[in-house]
Amino acid sequence: MSDFTADNSPAAGKGSSLFKETARTKRRNAAEARFKAYGIGAIALGLFFLIALLSAIISNGIPAFKQTFVTISVELPEAKLDKNGNRDPAEMAKVTTFGYKPVITNALIAALKAEGIEIPFAKEKDVADILSSSAPAQVRDTVLANPDLVGQTVDFRLLASSRVDGYFKGRVTREALARDKNLDAEHLDIADQMVKAGLMETTFNADFIFGADASESRPEQAGIGVSMVGSFFMMLVVLSLALPIGVAASIYLEEFAPQNKWTDLIEVNISNLAAVPSIVFGILGLAVFIQFAHLPQSAPLVGGLVLTLMTLPTIIISTRASLKAVPPSIRDAALGIGASKMQSVFHHVLPLAMPGILTGTIIGLAQALGETAPLLLIGMIGYIASNMPDGIASGFLDPNSAMPAQIYEWAKRADPAYYERAWGGIIILLLFLMTMNIIAVILRRRFERRW
Amino acid sequence: MNDMRIVKRDVDMNDTKISAKGVQVFYGDTHAIKDVDVEIKDKTVTAFIGPSGCGKSTFLRCLNRMNDTIDICRVEGNILLDGEDIYDKRVDPVQLRAKVGMVFQRPNPFPKSIYDNIAYGPRIHGLAKNKADLDEIVEKALRRGAIWDEVKDRLDAPGTGLSGGQQQRLCIARAVATEPEVLLMDEPCSALDPIATLQVEELIDELRENFSVVIVTHSMQQAARVSQKTAFFHLGNLVEYGDTEQIFTNPQDERTESYITGRIG
Repeated sequence: MSDFTADNSPAAGKGSSLFKETARTKRRNAAEARFKAYGIGAIALGLFFLIALLSAIISNGIPAFKQTFVTISVELPEAKLDKNGNRDPAEMAKVTTFGYKPVITNALIAALKAEGIEIPFAKEKDVADILSSSAPAQVRDTVLANPDLVGQTVDFRLLASSRVDGYFKGRVTREALARDKNLDAEHLDIADQMVKAGLMETTFNADFIFGADASESRPEQAGIGVSMVGSFFMMLVVLSLALPIGVAASIYLEEFAPQNKWTDLIEVNISNLAAVPSIVFGILGLAVFIQFAHLPQSAPLVGGLVLTLMTLPTIIISTRASLKAVPPSIRDAALGIGASKMQSVFHHVLPLAMPGILTGTIIGLAQALGETAPLLLIGMIGYIASNMPDGIASGFLDPNSAMPAQIYEWAKRADPAYYERAWGGIIILLLFLMTMNIIAVILRRRFERRW
Repeated sequence: MNDMRIVKRDVDMNDTKISAKGVQVFYGDTHAIKDVDVEIKDKTVTAFIGPSGCGKSTFLRCLNRMNDTIDICRVEGNILLDGEDIYDKRVDPVQLRAKVGMVFQRPNPFPKSIYDNIAYGPRIHGLAKNKADLDEIVEKALRRGAIWDEVKDRLDAPGTGLSGGQQQRLCIARAVATEPEVLLMDEPCSALDPIATLQVEELIDELRENFSVVIVTHSMQQAARVSQKTAFFHLGNLVEYGDTEQIFTNPQDERTESYITGRIG
């Protein structure tokens, strides 16, 4: 640029010393130094934001992996839980969680009294607000699964309420509770004493990783496990459809198709499809798969089909690029000794293009794994009260959510306890994406051949 | 240039292997080969010479229909291999290429082991009944390619790890492994150093015993050294075709003379 403008400075003419920098050289060196500085600055800025992002994710998300539990002995009175005393689970199921609640409340009060912890409430049973509202269901499920427990005193590890949990994680303060009708500051005093007495502890919570989503009022119970399974089934659909279709289409277009205006048109359209916003694929999926083909709503099968459509252009483009990168001399060599076109492609070109194809596929899958918008339109979002699917078919066809959709759903719920879980979910999602990218790198290293 | 060494060789009056009549080649609108007639003899080395872009490689690639892979390329006229028109509708180019093998300008071994490079052709054509058979074919091909002694201890090593000259001899061995009848060579020495070139040229001379060899070359010395018949191409025309000795010592056409004396080209 400035190198070409005329200037009046004396050029390094005859007789000038090599040891003395001319003005022009100085300017050129300065420009180069400035450019390097810009580059370093840009990278430093990028690193700063990366570190800021990662530390925000980790500091916000790690608490989601811990949960506060209350450990108490619960006496399971036969008179209340199994009136007829024949231990028939069908009959016992008539006792709802409302029947179990007083049992647990009494057990808690008894445990507190045994430790000499004072209960400063007018009604003693108000102390039960310390426990999660999921506690009666947990006890009931345990009893129904094993009716012989009735009449005995059993140790239970029950979830504490999300407010109590938040107090130990620094999210909930006594001042904030003044405006909260769910819990009083006195509950926190009791909780502090329970921790001292060993009745309450905050530990690692595997249910967050493996459990199901919970209703809006029970954030302490929610887990990402079921939506992880939903994502897994979707990825199965995407992999088993997008990889063969994408690779076959690219091989045909790259190696066999004649060059004419039709193939040109197809090429342009594939490139354009890669740039189509994913929500457009979502509404296409809604119209075609659900409204026209009547596939079940919210099913991972439909989600997988939509994500397949979205991933195909990515896979086709990267596969074609890696096929193009195989030197034509390899094709000539194979054809020259009498291999057919297909033999030359499948015996020689495809193996050489494999690392590129696999990398492209994994990148496409990772992209699909993190995609939320299309799932929004086919209903794989919102509170889907599902448990682990029983069996393969149910895994594909029963309503489920997906990891990014679950995170989105948590982030928009009102309770700040869900905010924490959204960050935690993002940690898990990022771990998956990192694993997939590492696999892509390893495959590339392993299969890369020189020629 | 004028003191070229011409080796006088016996030129047997063999049968015609390939006979081309009125061959025209078009690349889109470009008329690349104009009305070429040529008779290629069996068990003879035929050299195609001429300046760059004269169409000699294009014509060579017509002989095993490698031009089929180029969409815009169109071939007219007749090319007969042993009396059969290779552009006939009934001819499968794949079968043709098994009979008419090809060696390319740059050595292009497959990124596989030396053994697999040679064995690939016989495998896809079903030439070997069992492993022992295949081993034998591979050894024979490598011996014919004059590279057996150099690689016999490392058949599992990658073919791409050999030197340029070795790679080219490997490619020649790969081409002869499928037992072709004609061997086409498109400037096989242009990417090689003089010593490797010498080895390949000696090899070509030996191959003449079993095959009809057609070689395209830029180097007139090479044509003079290895061939018995020479065809001179210029601007898409076959200017002159005859015994090598006659072309280099007593050219009939003015253009041929200008080229071999270095005035054009």
